[in-house]
Amino acid sequence: MEQLRILTKSIDQPESWTLKTASAQSGYEAASKALKEYQADEIIELVKKSGLRGRGGAGFPTGMKWSFVPKNLPKPTYLVCNADESEPGTFKDRLLIERTPHQIIAGMIIASHALRVRTAFIYIRGEMILGARRLREAIDEAYAAGCLGKNLLGSGMDLDILPFVGAGAYICGEETALLESLEGKRGQPRLKPPFPATVGLYGCPTVINNVETLCNLPHIVGNGAEWYASMGTEKSPGPRLFSVSGHVKRRGVYELPMGVPLRELIFEHAGGIRDGHCFKAVIPGGSSVPVLGEQHLDVGMDFESLQQAGSLLGSAGVIVMDETTCMVSAALNLLHFYWHESCGKCTPCREGTGWFVKTLHRIEDGHGRLEDLDLLLDVSDNIKGKTFCPFGDAAVTPVESMLKLFRDDFEQHIVKRRCVAAA
Amino acid sequence: MGVDTELRERMEVIAARFPQRLSAIIPLLYLVQQQYGYVTKEGMELAAEILGTTPAYVDSVASFYTMLYRQPVGRYVLQVCRTLPCALMGAEEMVTCVQQKLGIQPGETTPDQLFTLETVECLAACHVAPLMMVNDVYKVRLDQAKLNDIIDECKHGTTPHSDEIY
Repeated sequence: MEQLRILTKSIDQPESWTLKTASAQSGYEAASKALKEYQADEIIELVKKSGLRGRGGAGFPTGMKWSFVPKNLPKPTYLVCNADESEPGTFKDRLLIERTPHQIIAGMIIASHALRVRTAFIYIRGEMILGARRLREAIDEAYAAGCLGKNLLGSGMDLDILPFVGAGAYICGEETALLESLEGKRGQPRLKPPFPATVGLYGCPTVINNVETLCNLPHIVGNGAEWYASMGTEKSPGPRLFSVSGHVKRRGVYELPMGVPLRELIFEHAGGIRDGHCFKAVIPGGSSVPVLGEQHLDVGMDFESLQQAGSLLGSAGVIVMDETTCMVSAALNLLHFYWHESCGKCTPCREGTGWFVKTLHRIEDGHGRLEDLDLLLDVSDNIKGKTFCPFGDAAVTPVESMLKLFRDDFEQHIVKRRCVAAA
Repeated sequence: MGVDTELRERMEVIAARFPQRLSAIIPLLYLVQQQYGYVTKEGMELAAEILGTTPAYVDSVASFYTMLYRQPVGRYVLQVCRTLPCALMGAEEMVTCVQQKLGIQPGETTPDQLFTLETVECLAACHVAPLMMVNDVYKVRLDQAKLNDIIDECKHGTTPHSDEIY
């Protein structure tokens, strides 16, 4: 398959982040069309028809998410663009933020029209210094050009966008933790329901959409739902930005139709495994999804196919590992991440991730016992499904899936008291 | 105009931007950090006053976020990414290299207050791993020689230029 140039159309142009380039690439034309030719509800219907699903990780249908927002309440409805990209192995939102901030704003105008939003926020990851600067400049440019603010694009609609810079916390990518953070609190998830669509920011209805999700909107409005649904698979339509990292020759972001075979993504687009080495394992959707092996390489990179293969598409962050990678150290590395990032609200997650790290350390250091493998699974059972937010389930995933697929790596570590992979 | 008066005015402007003032807590603490190098006790008290809350509450929020420093840090904060995609590309050796060069462990600051070393979680630029941030600047595709150059540059008092990520 050829790489697509839809969301990434203008990224290679000089100063692609400026309004000059964005106008040339019809960034706001679609927004203008949405405001002039569509009623709010018609936009929701259009997005439903396109089949667009959220690009942050969960893959929830965007149009349906929007339709949960109650109408005619005396309260405002808020839109939040989730630009807190932090899932290990994922770096596609950064590309969109740094290179096409106007595409994000255009998407937010369309979403705001559909949801009758008058104040929107962009919650951007604190470490994205350049991205935050480009977004701020783009917002200023958009105001000056009449694309934001009062009566934007001559439509009669008013919209303000406030950029908000986070301060270092993976969990703030989770919708309700993000809202807490935006309200000036510790970024700890809320118990759901109620969902943000009914009780969100400041107790008002709120929609939180990922950067890439919003960037799809101008293209859906500009080219139609049928055009959009013609790409990808029936249940996972459209283009997708795949971040490929690890032991491949050409690491980077690839825009391809959903459903592209994992083998093609790794061995054609990313150039295959680095010289002199061979494939061992891949995490196909960011660190929170189950690892896959050689036998899974022909899976399609869409929500349904990956689920059938025992994994998930998640954020489409593809981490490739060659034969030098020891799954004990990979699991330990990721569990250190989850242990560090656990917000501490739910005991099973806060304490369990610590147990994981200690036990994996013991195995890694050659002091493990075979019963430690049962202990790991026991800890896992005590976290799964017992936490407020999906973080707990995510944290057990590397341990469970790596142990299931690469049990030998763990047993060798225990029996031989050393690593046999990274020889 | 005194530093505090100016800071107070800038805080007021930011707090007024949000539908609810408490939302401004992180932006306000960033202002304090810019001014004093870290989030000082006095800075938190000022933020609390502006936001109509208590210093203890401000501290409880500040302590949640890794980018808000509640104690002084070195002039150059080196944040080396350690998460899997970077680890696969040799992040651990990069951390060891910095440790040896500076004689400090992650979490520590050199006695001359010039460098603080931290290992951090995924910085969302895995295609240019291994990488680190030097204050606000990204340094990517690191190797030992490049690390040495960066540290020498800092020692000469110049802040390195940011590498291109995209």
